[in-house]
Amino acid sequence: MSSATAAVRFDEVTLGYGRRPAVHHLDGEIPAGSLIAVVGPNGAGKSTLLKGIVGTLKPLEGHIRLKGPGSGIAYLPQAAEIDRTFPLSVYDLVAMGLWSRSGLFGGIARRDHIKIEEALAAVGLIGFERRPISTLSGGQMQRALFARLLLQDAPVILLDEPFTAIDAKTTADLLDLVRRWHDESRTVVAVLHDLDMVRRTFPQTLLIAREPVAWGETGEVLSPENLLKARRMVEAYDPHADVCHRGAA
Amino acid sequence: MVDLFYAPLAEFEFMQRALVGVIAIALGGGPVGVFLMLRRMSLTGDAMAHAILPGAAVGYLLAGLSLPAMTVGGLFAGVIVAVAAGLVSRFTALKEDASLAAFYLLSLALGVTIVSLRGSNVDLLHVLFGTVLALDDGTLLLLASISTITVVALAVLYRPLVLECVDPIFLRSVSRSGTPTHLIFLGLVVLNLVGGFHALGTLLAVGMMMLPAAASRFWTSDITMMMLVSVLVGIVSGISGLLLSFHAELPAGPAIILSAGAVYVISLVLGREGGLLWLAWPGRHLEA
Repeated sequence: MSSATAAVRFDEVTLGYGRRPAVHHLDGEIPAGSLIAVVGPNGAGKSTLLKGIVGTLKPLEGHIRLKGPGSGIAYLPQAAEIDRTFPLSVYDLVAMGLWSRSGLFGGIARRDHIKIEEALAAVGLIGFERRPISTLSGGQMQRALFARLLLQDAPVILLDEPFTAIDAKTTADLLDLVRRWHDESRTVVAVLHDLDMVRRTFPQTLLIAREPVAWGETGEVLSPENLLKARRMVEAYDPHADVCHRGAA
Repeated sequence: MVDLFYAPLAEFEFMQRALVGVIAIALGGGPVGVFLMLRRMSLTGDAMAHAILPGAAVGYLLAGLSLPAMTVGGLFAGVIVAVAAGLVSRFTALKEDASLAAFYLLSLALGVTIVSLRGSNVDLLHVLFGTVLALDDGTLLLLASISTITVVALAVLYRPLVLECVDPIFLRSVSRSGTPTHLIFLGLVVLNLVGGFHALGTLLAVGMMMLPAAASRFWTSDITMMMLVSVLVGIVSGISGLLLSFHAELPAGPAIILSAGAVYVISLVLGREGGLLWLAWPGRHLEA
């Protein structure tokens, strides 16, 4: 079943913290070029899943395979994890997106400066180059981070709740970039809570509540029965949970 | 004027040596201090300065007041504590400050115990407060080497260091250089503390890192400028501290740190970037 066009393939993946699963026995694949939303209640393992794909969290069991070794992934974590008091300009923050090409020591060439300007223009931050990141509003910061994603120029893009606490205009602008990435045949995986947005923009959806509930066409996945099922499945933490033997036999 | 500023440094060789020593310490210590500050590790530097003590003390126990023995011992102890604390905080639930506190308390108690095994009060004072007015050729060479290594290493590591401060998750998603960068940086901190230890002693070595760095934060919000300002503050404090000690017959190490402290207080009050004076009288608000 493993097709050559899978951008990410999950083989019975269990991700978690300590020995406790946050994503339990996920099996399937994200086809290259798909635009997929990951939805589910809080604590369903959505962010954990993205960390697993990026590779910052190793699976407790199973494998996550990426298309081709070292294939690039651009990852936007939830906003709160950046030190915004650090004395850094917007320009330098966005320029970090060039890391995969410039690396530790590489210089930034003239055409790279043009690319950075283009990325800033694409997110509507022209004129903000010299501003310290500490002076940005939440929405402007998110625009800057999207500019950095643009520069990363990665075939796979992971977004973790990119539009939380972002105003409608900014959300619309950034959603245009997501559509543009889809048109460029990049694979985009976004964790989202706004189901109307998912229905409008994302053809594919993974509904997850620790265990995958449904995965496929958005219209079918987001049925009332599935959503109810997902809400019931994020049950309380069980201090006496037994060792899971599924798939071991 | 000449008598006040120039003559002491021109006439006495021990003053010239001390001058070269403090300039070398300022060159390496300032930029390292800036990164410690920006990484919210200011107290880490302090803790690690204490962590050097048992190693230097073992060196002293084995070989007396010998430069190589105490340097190697100090480096050894500092690196062990830095790496152990770093690894514990990376791979367990304990945060870096807590794991470091645990290790440095352990090593400080050990160090004081070892020094007390065989030590006159003079030797103890030497270990605790250094001997900036008695730097021999070997020590000067060591200080110069440390500042050279530091400046070169910071230039090489600059990008991942900054990235690890601002957005460590991003760095981890694009590169594996985060952990080695962090460990090398801790190594630089230890190296500069051992250098500072010879001139200023275990208790004050960290002063030539943190005070210039903290002062520089009040003058600029650009990280490159911050490093330059911190070096400048370090050199100015070193020179004025030496002159102060010469004219007022004060112990040199504390005089240098007091000078740095004075520059810090002046910066705190007058600094263009958030100094108290500018906070109290910011002027009328702008149009946009």
